[in-house]
Amino acid sequence: MCGIVGLYLKKPALEAQLGKLFEPMLQAMTDRGPDSAGFAIYGDEVADGWVKLTLQASAVDYPWAALMGQLEGRLGCSLDWFQNASAAVLKVHTHEAAARAALAELAADVRIMSAGQSIEILKGMGLPAEISSRFGLAGMQGSHIIGHTRMATESAVTLEGSHPFSTGADLCLVHNGSLSNHFRLRQELKREGISFETDNDTEVAAGYLAWRLQQGDSLAQALDGALQDLDGFFTFAIGTRNGFAVIRDPIACKPAVLAETDDYVAMASEYQALASLPGIENAKVWEPAPATLYVWERESA
Amino acid sequence: MKTIDLSSASVRELNQALHGDVQDREWRVSRPDGKHNLAVGINQPLSVDIDGHAGYYCAGMNQQASVTVHGNVGVGVAENMMSGSVRVKGSASQAAGATAHGGLLVIEGDAGARCGISMKGVDIVVGGSIGHMSCFMGQAGRLVVCGDAGDALGDSLYEVRIYVKGSVQSLGSDCIEKEMRAEHLQELQALLNEAGLEHKAADFKRYGSARQLYNFKVDNASAY
Repeated sequence: MCGIVGLYLKKPALEAQLGKLFEPMLQAMTDRGPDSAGFAIYGDEVADGWVKLTLQASAVDYPWAALMGQLEGRLGCSLDWFQNASAAVLKVHTHEAAARAALAELAADVRIMSAGQSIEILKGMGLPAEISSRFGLAGMQGSHIIGHTRMATESAVTLEGSHPFSTGADLCLVHNGSLSNHFRLRQELKREGISFETDNDTEVAAGYLAWRLQQGDSLAQALDGALQDLDGFFTFAIGTRNGFAVIRDPIACKPAVLAETDDYVAMASEYQALASLPGIENAKVWEPAPATLYVWERESA
Repeated sequence: MKTIDLSSASVRELNQALHGDVQDREWRVSRPDGKHNLAVGINQPLSVDIDGHAGYYCAGMNQQASVTVHGNVGVGVAENMMSGSVRVKGSASQAAGATAHGGLLVIEGDAGARCGISMKGVDIVVGGSIGHMSCFMGQAGRLVVCGDAGDALGDSLYEVRIYVKGSVQSLGSDCIEKEMRAEHLQELQALLNEAGLEHKAADFKRYGSARQLYNFKVDNASAY
């Protein structure tokens, strides 16, 4: 069992409240996932030609300032960064590949959680309340956010095994369910050049989507492929630069509920997580159909 | 009428108040906010109104009581109901009325997958449509659907009589369309009237078991 939640704001005026609206949603799913939690928030975009990376160190006293100084020297371009608990958000005026190569060389122990122009992925072990207060979720701003509360069944409880998983630039995945063919699929994807850090089944789903997208699939095509190639139970929420998507497997054992008003679209594993949203009593509330893709996106980035 | 506000009272306090020696016959539950296990295991003729959306297993194991939800319900509404009635003004998630032995479950909106799974005598009337694998291994009772039914309706069915007004995406193993005789029109119209839904029995089709899976067939022995 796990809990997943997502909130997409239709009105830019509400963006200052995104974290405040989302924090109770994440915490309401504590019963479904008390061992780890995480979220991917979209906002504070960097300009074209820049890339934003979310980095995680193993300790809160990691010497970020020293690393950033070295990085600036190595890349020879301007960068901006700030620390958030054990994480740091790095904005750098270069290509993603160049930034990744420099980081691998200078700080092999630092993990890259996300990359893109908008996304920041923050996650860790502990109760959802601990994770949200650790990273200051309530004060965060942005256009949309998806989150996850984990009750591990398929692999170890670790930072790396917690969700969301990055699936490419500004893309990420959260998963409620379990996949039964992840071992074989992981072997096949490794042969295609996709690398994996954990034994986690969701990481394989994320790797699968990343691979399909690299092959030139649209997000809808990649998810259509997932319905064919992933064996197991899943409700997925997928964060994109402009919005988010929800899809359930054809059997649809894992729950999902959607709500929409003039102000927002929200999804959650259970209605309890939506009950704190303003105007929810008059929202359109429904259960998404099996094997059906639901997407909400802004017109352009 | 007595009101319990679940923004301050706990679910356990609510359920305990509805069990044992209860003085008030009419109850109202405010701020349910999708909480699970509301008004479960009642065993006396109470009337309970839930003002909002409820979570999982709402009105489960109900006996005698009449429970109305003024909103949607999560998984397993009225699961294992024995008698009484449950009415959902909105829609229901999966496994509505699962394994229920008796009483009447009315869902005015849609019901999700596996509606009436393994039902054992309950009557279920759905104003909208139902999802896939509904009435799987249904043993007894009646399932009425005023909208459409999803894939594999009535798979491995025993003796539930299923009435559907709209389309059926597919029938499950051993479920077939059957002739609508006078006694079926009569019982269906009575159920629609009791549920307060304005439909004509003549517009429905009846589905039931072909009874081919009841007994082991010796010809299949080699498959085991």
